[in-house]
Amino acid sequence: MAAANIQVSETPLVLYALRRADDALILGHRLSEWCGHAPMLEEDMALSNIALDLIGQARELYSYAAKAEGRDNDEDKLAYLRDVRQYRNLLLVEQPNGDFAQTLVRQLFYSAFADLYWRAMMTSRDATLAAIAAKSEKESAYHLRHASEWIIRLGDGTDESHARAQAAIDQLWAFTGEMFVVDDGERALIHAGIAIDPGTLRGRWLTTLSDVVKEATLTLPQNDWMQQGGRAGRHSEHLGHLLSELQSMQRTFPGQTW
Amino acid sequence: MYTQALNTAETDDRGLEDAGKAAQFQARIDAEERIEPNDWMPAAYRKTLTRQISQHAHSEIVGMLPEGNWITRAPTLRRKAALLAKVQDECGHGLYLYAAAETLGSSREELVDAMLAGKAKYSSIFNYPTLTWADIGTIGWLVDGAAIMNQIPLCRCSYGPYARAMIRVCKEESFHQRQGYEIMVTLCRGSDEQKAMAQDALNRWWWPVLMMFGPPDATSQHSDTSTKWKIKRFSNDELRQKFVDATVPQAQYLGLTIPDPGMTQDAAGHWRYSEIDWTEFKQVLAGNGPCNRDRMAARRKAHDEGAWVREAAAAYAAKRAQRQTAQAAE
Repeated sequence: MAAANIQVSETPLVLYALRRADDALILGHRLSEWCGHAPMLEEDMALSNIALDLIGQARELYSYAAKAEGRDNDEDKLAYLRDVRQYRNLLLVEQPNGDFAQTLVRQLFYSAFADLYWRAMMTSRDATLAAIAAKSEKESAYHLRHASEWIIRLGDGTDESHARAQAAIDQLWAFTGEMFVVDDGERALIHAGIAIDPGTLRGRWLTTLSDVVKEATLTLPQNDWMQQGGRAGRHSEHLGHLLSELQSMQRTFPGQTW
Repeated sequence: MYTQALNTAETDDRGLEDAGKAAQFQARIDAEERIEPNDWMPAAYRKTLTRQISQHAHSEIVGMLPEGNWITRAPTLRRKAALLAKVQDECGHGLYLYAAAETLGSSREELVDAMLAGKAKYSSIFNYPTLTWADIGTIGWLVDGAAIMNQIPLCRCSYGPYARAMIRVCKEESFHQRQGYEIMVTLCRGSDEQKAMAQDALNRWWWPVLMMFGPPDATSQHSDTSTKWKIKRFSNDELRQKFVDATVPQAQYLGLTIPDPGMTQDAAGHWRYSEIDWTEFKQVLAGNGPCNRDRMAARRKAHDEGAWVREAAAAYAAKRAQRQTAQAAE
């Protein structure tokens, strides 16, 4: 007997919190896959640290989503008992780790955004979200620094590392557009001063990124076609596999306390 | 985590060295003084400690693998974060220990290469598989519990950097041990299925954990030298007995059965365990444990696949240094 999916009443606020929680959990999970397998012990430590920050952010956001929903869901039900079509994360964060360059480029793209995003969200009229933002911003600033330093090292390191870093940028670029898109429900939250408009951050995000990429002697693609769908539960094939692993205990042993 | 084989000191070679310095060295040890990296020490002392500390470091790093096997499958977000933090702590222990070993004159790279080449040992316990979530609780409870028994005396080890590293490591291990026990308490208060999972894990880990303390005193060699140098303060059997005596009541509290029908309590209150299967222990040390090949393959894969990253970091550092020198010259 496997545990069934829960139903979530996705009001704009619940959906908002779930989307950010899913981003943080899925990226944290991906990074945690490196633990014990990184290129050097310092990176086993660093990637685990970043994963822990993100899982921590996810827990707060899930708890807030559950509270906003006001039914009997909680952080674990939201994380472990929704299927791939109910997950709301960005396509970017579910992309496989690939090599170290791909992991760090994914991190750079996300953290350069998250750092700006959470800093702006500190002014949210929603006190809980403002508090989560204040904590997340401090963490994201460190994640961005870590990823930037690595991209510069890889880009300006050896021919091989340069080629791998460039390939990772080219591979992941099409997943960055989704970070800046909002739907009608989220737009209402923006008007109410609860959320901020991520579209307004794109210029600064691009500047941060361009500076790093330039110092790394790498280039950003000209291609501006962007993949979308994660926010509405239309994911890549990768997410289902990730969830089947992440959720295996809760699905196999329903309703138990761990 | 921990490595056994503490009792394998090099033969005392002081006869070949300056007898006066050697006598002074021993006098400092006898006076419970700490030996520091720049102090004179017998070559065999250096070699013994390099081996022991590096084996201990390798054990921490290889020990990340069996528990890491459950990070992506931990049953709740709280457990996932706690397990990830725990495995990260083990990595941190590995790092301090390599740093402590480096103070004796070998580089981390050399030490790691010896491990990857199969020339250096790590604790036999990590060659067993983690099959269920209860294994994560059991490892915290028993493997970290055994590690603490072994490592508390090492906080007073004569070699300063090792002793100091152990103080911090022991604090974290004791937290891990409580965390593991708390997983077991939760399972044992849970469903029949969960309780059975806990008992099954105890059944599989009990004997390998007892082996962590190393061979019985009757067959150990070189213990005397390590004892004289105050690297080792208790014998393998003494530590093993202390561990068993501390653990039996914990198992009773959980309502679990130690998988040793012959176990009895003597008049002094000690729990006397049955004969350990030392053939299994020797086989695991010889590379024939259930996971030896997998563990080594995983470490080699991480090392090989990470080579280009380490090369890139080194190349970038060199370029940067060159640019800075050029700038300074302008």
